[in-house]
Amino acid sequence: MSLELVCPAGSLPALKTAVDCGADCVYVGFKDATNARNFSGLNFDDKTMADGIAYAHGRGAKVLLALNTYPRSDNWAHWTRAVDKAAERGVDAVILADPGLMRYAAREHPQLRLHLSVQGSATSYEAINFYHEHFGIQRAVLPRVLSLAQVEQVIARTPVEIELFGFGGLCVMVEGRCALSAYATGESPNCNGACSPGRHVRWEQTDAGLEARVNGILVDRFAQQERAGYPTLCKGRFEVGGETYYAIEEPTSLNTLELLPQIAEMGVAAIKIEGRQRSPAYVGQVTRVWRQAIDRVLRDAQTFRPEAVWQKELAKISEGQSQTLGAYHRPWK
Amino acid sequence: MKLALGPLLYYWPRQRTLDFYREVAAAPVDIVYLGETVCSRRHELRLPDWLDIGEQLTAAGKEVVLSSQTLIESESDLKTLRRIVEQARFRVEANDMAAVHLLAGSAGWVAGPSLNVFNPQTLALLVELGARRFVAAPEVSGDALSQLLAAHGEPLECEVFAYGRLPLAYSARCFTARHFNLQKDACEFRCIAFEDGLPLTTREGRPFLTINGIQTQSARIHNLLADLPALAGARVDVLRISPQAHHTAEIITLFADAVAGRGTARAAFDASRPLMTGEACNGFWYGRAGLDQTIA
Repeated sequence: MSLELVCPAGSLPALKTAVDCGADCVYVGFKDATNARNFSGLNFDDKTMADGIAYAHGRGAKVLLALNTYPRSDNWAHWTRAVDKAAERGVDAVILADPGLMRYAAREHPQLRLHLSVQGSATSYEAINFYHEHFGIQRAVLPRVLSLAQVEQVIARTPVEIELFGFGGLCVMVEGRCALSAYATGESPNCNGACSPGRHVRWEQTDAGLEARVNGILVDRFAQQERAGYPTLCKGRFEVGGETYYAIEEPTSLNTLELLPQIAEMGVAAIKIEGRQRSPAYVGQVTRVWRQAIDRVLRDAQTFRPEAVWQKELAKISEGQSQTLGAYHRPWK
Repeated sequence: MKLALGPLLYYWPRQRTLDFYREVAAAPVDIVYLGETVCSRRHELRLPDWLDIGEQLTAAGKEVVLSSQTLIESESDLKTLRRIVEQARFRVEANDMAAVHLLAGSAGWVAGPSLNVFNPQTLALLVELGARRFVAAPEVSGDALSQLLAAHGEPLECEVFAYGRLPLAYSARCFTARHFNLQKDACEFRCIAFEDGLPLTTREGRPFLTINGIQTQSARIHNLLADLPALAGARVDVLRISPQAHHTAEIITLFADAVAGRGTARAAFDASRPLMTGEACNGFWYGRAGLDQTIA
């Protein structure tokens, strides 16, 4: 049994922290719209990318490069150039979503290992096997929509390695199939690598409370004693049928630590930690906990229990200080 | 330009759905997409029922296409998908790469709006695999679509979502069931009570989204009637009208008259105002936030 720990690195310090704390792989992006965390101040330029790859490889860790947004006709060449750079730099795999770009990578760089991004929205073995047959993908990251039993079905029917999200911010929508941000702001995860982007966010203290707006849309309003979270569109409080509540999802983080024995035993190849937009401190905390947990479960899955101190550590860095098993636990749906 | 009626996105009682398509048979629409694309739990109509409706619409001179489910989760979803792909009577709209996988090599299928086709390379791939028509994702702007089609070069039918609440997102979770504090597996099919979906407003009462089971739609009505001249200029061949609970046939007629040059596009848009359940928007077409309304 093996289970790789795949950790986020939004900066060179975060990458070094992840590697030092025991990540098997780090995933990174260039400083532009070619990846789904296109936030200002984040990601790698040519110099930091070279340094990061050297640092990781020097310590036995792999570097996966996310090129997981969808190029358009007018910027196609920028994405293919990014694939070329990835191959030249010797990254261990590229994480792609667009089938056209995948075909380019497979043809031009046959040695380059291809992973299907969660943004590819492949939720069944038939979809994953499509990418395998046409482009030879070796791993797929599953959208956060399947129950564990459904994940097991997928694994049984595909030769492609499966990577699951284990911890971090939770997309409640099928990744790659959400245009909420595009509808509200004109900037989309698919094409711009941005969701509810910061430049559209306005905070205002009013008599009714602290209001958070995205492009003028009131996403949430916080009373004085409430902790104000980032106004991601799907995690606001809205009115439906006369009730005001988190109509889509609470501000919460995915945490699958307690499912780790089942995940490992069903043959999942890798656990992905979300959060390239988070600090090196977050990356360090979460990597340390998950390194210990994975080592423990690989030694003995039968007796594995998440330690209270691990859960406490993860709770501190969770969105809204709350956690969920998400779709892996069927009643969440 | 041809007119298409998109798949019914809501869950209506059986008789109402049958009556609706009887009305559609007489409406001036060229293509009708049929089938359940949102939720596998919905069962008022099953595949044989959709095939029956398809026969009636074919007899009325319509081109019928069977649409596949957008989010595939279970083996039973795949079984349904295989039945749709294997029936030989009607063409199929692929709304997921699993459907593309099963259809690859067969001729004449439709690449649906949720396939994320943003560049000519991906479009060419789908055409090589047998796609004959492609439905642009709603977030693709008119300019981006023109560039895409120009770069593709070869003739290919292009369809655009031209009227209705925009399908914006899909989830494993059912937000209608969540509203009633029910789990999806025991949802009591509450969505059947909401003929146009369940409105979601901001805390200051501004309409924002529409909850439709696992699908999230816009509250505003994406309406490109006033923009028909621009659509024709962009080489769009087919306009998709998404069914709503009331006035769908009248909306189809407004589009048909405008396409045929009977009256101006602007007048057709004005005539559509009282038929809409909410404010209009067309921002996606102009490369802006989807909820924006740009006067053409």
